[in-house]
Amino acid sequence: MSDQKNNDEEERISGWQSLIDNPFLLLFIGVAMPTVFYIVWGIMEIVNVPVAP
Amino acid sequence: MAEFRVCPDSGFYFHKSAESLMKVNAVVGIVALLVAGLLALGVVLTRWQEVHWLPADTFYMVLTAHGINALIFWIIFFEMAVLHFASSTLLRCRIATPKWAWAGFFLMLIGAVMNNVAVFSGASSVMMTSYVPMQAEPHFYLGIILFAVGALIQVFVFFGTLVVAQQEKTYDGSVPLVTFGAITAAIIAVFTIASGAIILIPTFLWSIGYVSHIDAEMYRVIWWGLGHSSQQINVAAHISIWYLVAGVLFGARPMSEKVSRFAFLLYIFFLQLASAHHILVDPGISTEWKIFNTSYAMYLAVLASMIHGLTIPGAIEVAQRGKGYTKGLFEWLRKAPWGNPVWSGVAISVVTFGFIGGITGVVMGTEQINLIIHNTIYVPAHFHATVVTGTTLTFMAITYLLIPVLFRRQLFLPWVAKMQPYVFGGGMTILILFMLGAGTMGVSRRHWDMDFAGAAMAFEYPAIAYTLMAVGAIGGVLGVVGGGMFLAVAVGSLLFGKKLEPSAGILESFAGKPLAASVYNIDKPEVLAMAPKLKEEHHKGFEAPGTFILAMLLLVTFVVYYFINWKYLASVWPLG
Repeated sequence: MSDQKNNDEEERISGWQSLIDNPFLLLFIGVAMPTVFYIVWGIMEIVNVPVAP
Repeated sequence: MAEFRVCPDSGFYFHKSAESLMKVNAVVGIVALLVAGLLALGVVLTRWQEVHWLPADTFYMVLTAHGINALIFWIIFFEMAVLHFASSTLLRCRIATPKWAWAGFFLMLIGAVMNNVAVFSGASSVMMTSYVPMQAEPHFYLGIILFAVGALIQVFVFFGTLVVAQQEKTYDGSVPLVTFGAITAAIIAVFTIASGAIILIPTFLWSIGYVSHIDAEMYRVIWWGLGHSSQQINVAAHISIWYLVAGVLFGARPMSEKVSRFAFLLYIFFLQLASAHHILVDPGISTEWKIFNTSYAMYLAVLASMIHGLTIPGAIEVAQRGKGYTKGLFEWLRKAPWGNPVWSGVAISVVTFGFIGGITGVVMGTEQINLIIHNTIYVPAHFHATVVTGTTLTFMAITYLLIPVLFRRQLFLPWVAKMQPYVFGGGMTILILFMLGAGTMGVSRRHWDMDFAGAAMAFEYPAIAYTLMAVGAIGGVLGVVGGGMFLAVAVGSLLFGKKLEPSAGILESFAGKPLAASVYNIDKPEVLAMAPKLKEEHHKGFEAPGTFILAMLLLVTFVVYYFINWKYLASVWPLG
């Protein structure tokens, strides 16, 4: 009985996995990363191109 | 009132509303595939210079419609079906807000029809990319915007369904890996659709005269956040299906859940940044931006694909060896069910996606060697390896599984289904390999006429380029035949396949009408228990030695091909 309980506890997910299983946190990271590194950074590059004389 | 049924063959639970949504999304997706497949014939028979079938204006119209129907409508409709399956069915819960999901579906449908009307009217032959300052008719952009809004609604219904499952405690512990992969796909979809909205809404306003100017470079950067990321939704979705098929057909368990989830996490972080490889030769964007997004971030996403490429066949090998197929390195593979199109489709997909799509993707994502093939026909060759033999073939394979399980019909013409993945996969692989060769010779990506007849500046490709394009086109025709075989089986099964459930009629198949009320006889499915932890067994040597050898073969192929491209770059621009 006690072994069974221990096994069950072992099979519980870790805190880290609970965190990454939060779909809304993942959604935030998954949208923020490309928005910052791809879109925002890319737009800043284009905006800083000097206008042709 | 009971709203669930359990499939007696597979044990999957289906919620009545979710089931209808899966069916209609899949069916409309397959209609888009039919349109795209017919148009593909026009494309390959025109790029085959000796045939050169269509006149220029018709060719560009056909190419535009082929691209959008294949890369956007077919794939994303089918992915909506996958999302509803991965949430409601796999988590054994009701779908959240089915009315909103239907609203999303109809918006997608209206958008797809509107866009096709715009393209086939002939005044919107701007290709899928629709680069400004080329201008399409307003309803071209509006159609895509409506489609995207509809898709976004369905994606949020998916997230809502995850919340329902969590709150109603329909599963124990963590979501299954396949659902986690679907979450990855849904997250990428949100970024994709947001990028599309950022650029296509102003472009629509420009087309009706409310915005005076759209910056071409700004358009390109943001549009590729839509254009390339939309294909990353596919990657996450079809890899989830690979895990599903490994589990259903072989009883395989992931070699390490943690490692596989980590690989999906790498996709969430980095996969979308690979969009930058389309901008590698654009002026005005710094090398830092280009190299960070491709040579750093993208490689982490490639690492994730390599992990999946190792763990999925590895899991199958372990499962097969557990059944006694232990002779030599590859008995487990030889004894796989090669006559079952679900398996053969997935197997061909894994190999072509990894060996061709993956390796060529890395070449295209390397700033220096990208110069050899940028904007050549090498690019469509690459994405046909990822999206056609990768995603489309996987979606075809899972359709063979879903026809009896979801639609409750037996497969029509099973012998055709048995051959179909080989014909389609074989034909498309020929097309892809020969287009890769032609692209390396510099053959342009989209130009109607390889001879450049009447052009102000003449240019002549080497004779071998014509041969490569011709052989590739023959492969393309074979691929279209394979696609036709799939459609014959899929549509034929819904029309003529033997009913596994008496109420599985035509409306139930095509219009998503639920089966007879008596079929839904379960109020609340059993809670999905976490799979028991795998026993740790200590082996001498590798647990999956055959897969290890295959992975090494992939690595060697990659290194050799990568080196050849650098060597070729040196010869393209001789110095001194």
